[in-house]
Amino acid sequence: MAQTASMSRKPSLWRRIKWRGIASVVAFFVLWHLAVVVKFSGFAELPTPIQTLQTFFAEYIVNPDYWASWVVSFERVFYGFIIAQILGIPLGLLFGTSPKFRDMFFPVFELLRPIPPLAWVPISILFWPTNESSIVFITFIGAFFVIVINVYDGVGGIQKEHLWLARSLGATRAAIFRRIMLPSVIPSIAVGMTLGIAITWNVVIAAEMIASDSGLGRMTWEGYVSSTPEVVLIGMISIGLAGYLSSITVDWVESRMMPWQERR
Amino acid sequence: MTDAAQILKTTADSGLGHLSVQHVHKVYDPHGVHVEALQDCSLEIPSGDFIAVVGPSGCGKSTLLNILAGFDNLTGGRVLLDDEPLATVDHAPRPGPDRVVVFQNGALFPWKTVLQNVVYGLLVQKRMPESEANDLGMELLAKTGGLDRIANSFPGQLSSGMQRRVEILRALINNPRILLLDEPFRAMDTVSKTTMHRHLLDIYDQYHKTVFFITHDLDEAIFLADTVVVMTTRPGTIKLRLDVDLPRPRTRETITSHRFLELKQQAVSAVHEEAKKAFERGERELA
Repeated sequence: MAQTASMSRKPSLWRRIKWRGIASVVAFFVLWHLAVVVKFSGFAELPTPIQTLQTFFAEYIVNPDYWASWVVSFERVFYGFIIAQILGIPLGLLFGTSPKFRDMFFPVFELLRPIPPLAWVPISILFWPTNESSIVFITFIGAFFVIVINVYDGVGGIQKEHLWLARSLGATRAAIFRRIMLPSVIPSIAVGMTLGIAITWNVVIAAEMIASDSGLGRMTWEGYVSSTPEVVLIGMISIGLAGYLSSITVDWVESRMMPWQERR
Repeated sequence: MTDAAQILKTTADSGLGHLSVQHVHKVYDPHGVHVEALQDCSLEIPSGDFIAVVGPSGCGKSTLLNILAGFDNLTGGRVLLDDEPLATVDHAPRPGPDRVVVFQNGALFPWKTVLQNVVYGLLVQKRMPESEANDLGMELLAKTGGLDRIANSFPGQLSSGMQRRVEILRALINNPRILLLDEPFRAMDTVSKTTMHRHLLDIYDQYHKTVFFITHDLDEAIFLADTVVVMTTRPGTIKLRLDVDLPRPRTRETITSHRFLELKQQAVSAVHEEAKKAFERGERELA
């Protein structure tokens, strides 16, 4: 029964750290180093991990411009992501609950959905007054369609027994919406959030390279233009870390949204 | 006697829960495919009776339950509950807390704790303040095999047997006139089933609600019920009505008693006949 499941002994510290994971990260850097040292095809122009780290500590760790790039990119992701949730969740719910609304607007939605976020760059720059707002818009586009589709799907997946039962127990329509339908779609919202945050990072970096003069994406691109591969690598690793941090944050938020689900 | 017990016995004590199913017809999609689910189905269930309905899959027993619960309408005949119309052709039935269902696959709200599930009906009906509802819920859980210790667990953390027990309480706490059980123990192994029978009978012996219990397990039906009804294959109608005169409380010895086997013998051929028909028709429909 339930109580016994949590009684199992905690795994030892060594196991929890997952030594295989650490070993593979170390192996990755060693291989990279070796490839540069032996001038393996394509690696000749690249710095070693140690050189990259040296550059990072010498020129970047105390450089306010570098940290400003982090902040700018994070802000864009944050606003794009949040606005996508604020608009996307209600729209998904409307599609799922109102057949009339769906019949009227879903075709337009489906027409726009396949357009990749980056294809929105030119029109977005023309449309929005500032560069910043157009990048946030493109980021928003990246997350918006995913969240709408997932919420819409989630409404369709609500167990009809739950709805029936709520009516049996005397719940009003408003109560059924708030107390049954909303909690039922939370897992789908969470899936939309997980996918959305990954897409927003993809999109924001590319958009910065094309249409911005700031952010981690821009920094990486400038490293290439100015023939400083260390900067490119520092940029890439920073983007990876930023995306990873965002994912953990979103996972944490999701676990708070669904206290009834077992942790993965 | 405690508060909970008093409250939950009031419907039965005042003789409520008398169900009368009169010549009920149900046709799905009457202008299209025209599937006849129920045909001239009549059934009297006195207040406080435990009735078990047995029949092959797709015989319309769930349709009948859905009509009683108010999830589906009927196309002929009528259903009375305590002499008031519950469902007629012109008057579609509505779901209500006097007839709560326990579904075969379980329908606890996974995002609510056990206690929150149990008191949900009391709260949405605004029958009493939350603290009072919680007290009543805890009392009922405690009286039912000490389930109060899992009051703060989520359904996903419980075995299916536990979940089903909580669901029965979630229905019971509304003091319904009828408990509607739609094959609640279908997916369980024999041992869990036996345990669940014990729990259900304890509740029945204590509160004497009218129980409408659907199953395809004849042993289960005879062991639990006062009346076993065998339905025909679609279009469903009543094929056999068997009065089970086994004494209560029913025990393990009941199943091996001579009378149990006699009753089973009376019903088994009817059940098998219909099951065979359903099976053969299933093959034809596939072919």
